Amino acid sequence: MADLKQRIDEATGTSTVGHEWDGIEELDTPMPRWWLWTFYATIVWGLAYVVLYPAWPLVNSATEGVLGWSSRGDLEKEMAADAKRRAPTVRAIAATAIADLPAKPELMQAAVQGGGAAFRVHCVQCHGAGGAGVKNLYPSLTDDDWLWGGDLSAIEYTVTHGIRNPDHKATRTSLMPAFGRDGILDAAQIGDVVSFVRMISGQERPGASSARGATLFADNCAVCHGAGGEGGRQFGAPKLTDAIWLYGGDRDSLTATVNQPRNGVMPRWNNRLDPVTIKMLSAYVYSLGGGEKGLAPASGGAVEGRGAVGQP
Amino acid sequence: MKDGEPLASPDDLSGQPAPLYEARKGVYPKAVNGPFRRFKWAIMAVTLAIYYGTPWIRWDRGPYAPDQAVLVDLANRRFYMFQIEIWPHEFYYVAGLLIMAGIGLFLVTSAVGRAWCGYACPQTVWTDLFQHVDRLVDGDRNAQVRLAKGPWTFEKMVKRGLKYLIYLAIAFWTGGAWIMYFADAPTLTVDFWTGQAALVAYGTVAVLTATTFILGGFLREQVCVYMCPWPRIQTAMMDEKSLLVTYKDWRGEPRGSVKKAQAHPGAFGDCIDCNQCVAVCPTGIDIREGPQIGCITCALCIDACDGVMAQVGRPRGLIDYCTLDDAATEKVGGTGQPIRKTLTRPRTLIYFGVWIAIGAAMLFSLGQRTRLDLAVQHERSPLYVQLSDGHVRNNYTLKLRNMETRPRRVAVTVSGLPGATVWTEGGTREGAGQEIRLMLSPDSVARLKLFIAAPGAGPARQDFTISTRGLDGDPRGDSDIIQFDRPEAGQ
Repeated sequence: MADLKQRIDEATGTSTVGHEWDGIEELDTPMPRWWLWTFYATIVWGLAYVVLYPAWPLVNSATEGVLGWSSRGDLEKEMAADAKRRAPTVRAIAATAIADLPAKPELMQAAVQGGGAAFRVHCVQCHGAGGAGVKNLYPSLTDDDWLWGGDLSAIEYTVTHGIRNPDHKATRTSLMPAFGRDGILDAAQIGDVVSFVRMISGQERPGASSARGATLFADNCAVCHGAGGEGGRQFGAPKLTDAIWLYGGDRDSLTATVNQPRNGVMPRWNNRLDPVTIKMLSAYVYSLGGGEKGLAPASGGAVEGRGAVGQP
Repeated sequence: MKDGEPLASPDDLSGQPAPLYEARKGVYPKAVNGPFRRFKWAIMAVTLAIYYGTPWIRWDRGPYAPDQAVLVDLANRRFYMFQIEIWPHEFYYVAGLLIMAGIGLFLVTSAVGRAWCGYACPQTVWTDLFQHVDRLVDGDRNAQVRLAKGPWTFEKMVKRGLKYLIYLAIAFWTGGAWIMYFADAPTLTVDFWTGQAALVAYGTVAVLTATTFILGGFLREQVCVYMCPWPRIQTAMMDEKSLLVTYKDWRGEPRGSVKKAQAHPGAFGDCIDCNQCVAVCPTGIDIREGPQIGCITCALCIDACDGVMAQVGRPRGLIDYCTLDDAATEKVGGTGQPIRKTLTRPRTLIYFGVWIAIGAAMLFSLGQRTRLDLAVQHERSPLYVQLSDGHVRNNYTLKLRNMETRPRRVAVTVSGLPGATVWTEGGTREGAGQEIRLMLSPDSVARLKLFIAAPGAGPARQDFTISTRGLDGDPRGDSDIIQFDRPEAGQ
């Protein structure tokens, strides 16, 4: 910038800064004074901020600021405020027997929402998002087929006490013998039983094999699964006549199951979750579509009012 | 720069570096009378009346909706404007209004220049109001200048105190009026004065009081000159046929007093250099220097100059609205086009056409919109549920909006899915048919889970229709096409 050529611009009467690029010059218009004061104000603001709020980073933390503010503190406050907001609902749910929940639509809705949140934390790992289940591993909670019962009280009992928890007396338990592995039935007999099961579930036509299987079924299986294979919920014995097969309904899968059953396990939750959460979880599972009614339906549908929770 | 002073040469500059920051030059506009001033009074009265008064207009909407004519109900997410009620999903109407406002500004700017700046901009209206307060308390221009330059006497302190108190009252009223648009005005007023209103109400009033006080009382024309982007954008909107406030220098120059003109007839133009146009300017510029960013085209200088011309017996219009084209024509002795012609040209007509088209389209769609609306979402996890009797069930989340302020009785029907049955959380599959019936609360969204079961044999993906209709006289409704999923063969 050897040759600064400041001059007064004729059109505006303002001096130029003196630089020139291909004939383009810049006016040296002075800043308005209010801008300067605004600038000073931001400096004052900045100083005040540094004193009041966390500002300077140190090795392990930062300066705390005299107000003692932190974002974690904000979160704690918000969580506490939300717990306070939910407290009346939680108390009301605690005071209501689970079978009476559907008669109180607002409470039921709150329980389903709260249960959904708990489900997404504790249950989705096995039962899948939305309770869809995992084929050959974990049962779907959305269908109309229940091993241990699908009304609200039965679901609550299952969630509370779990399935096949050896350390817990009240747990739901039963053991299907390993007919093949333990040599109770030989391979041909297992084949016959499988034929019979496929016959009563409408997958095969009756034949000699299924006729032999009928006798074997009556002797070995009917005590839990029922004489006609209609299942027995007190043992968690699945219905064998329907279209739903947790571990598969084809020949190979059924043979494998009779050979060596899985006897699936679910943890009990009464030592990890409080009773209200368990109640809400049960209401959520019940709401997924397979819930069995013991009660008259309340109305044609939940209708939200103005300003209700979750309204767009 | 003063008139007639020669430009400083670059040499003069070396000794006197330009200041980095420039203090504001006081602007003390003189009171003026004339048609444009009266027009500005009228616009100020109308715009302020609209702003302060609108929230107090009542509008009966029945027992289920507020009775305030214009209400932005943020808590319940409704926007009421007389008989129109807008829901959040209909926000495109607001977007349409904003587009119309934008194109309206294009139209006005291309036709009559910075008319928005000169007459209707809130900054202009409130500055005008505050300048009137100045004249009321301090007196007219000369008294104001005297007071500003004078020492801090008792009188000055009293006058300043009174003036700022009035500023503050106007500012507070302005901030207070704003919040009335967001809640029931009479209730909010009572709540506000009894300390019951929400913290955000007090905060909003405080902020808007402060901004009105500062922007209207002190910053004034500096907002237009330094802060506002619109003057810069407007320069791109205007062309040679846009109306500008113009000093007709070909008629006025060279300037000279009446006496001089009488002494040397023919040697001087019509401008008698009385400086009245500068004295009345609310932004403190000299219009005789030509078009400039500080000119908001409020036309008060036209009033002032016309008044002077009448006194000295010369024709009016030395300063007047004039297009650049007309200025060029008049300079060489011609006459400009009539105003009707400058206003109706392709550019303004196109803007006007677009503006009208958007307005008409919005009105049409407002008239056509159904107030019973349905939105269905197919639940993804699980996509389908195998039922024990071989049927397959799909779950849907149904949102039914009843946008009328009365309870509705409606039916939700499934069609295009053979053998389908539909029920909701409260119902059972046993009693299910092709249709469910519901009561909807007024002005509300009902959200329900819909279970639909259909025979397991069928395509893996099948489109079908869920529709809703009113059962209480008005059958208009809405429908949605959505998928039904089944397990793929072999699964």
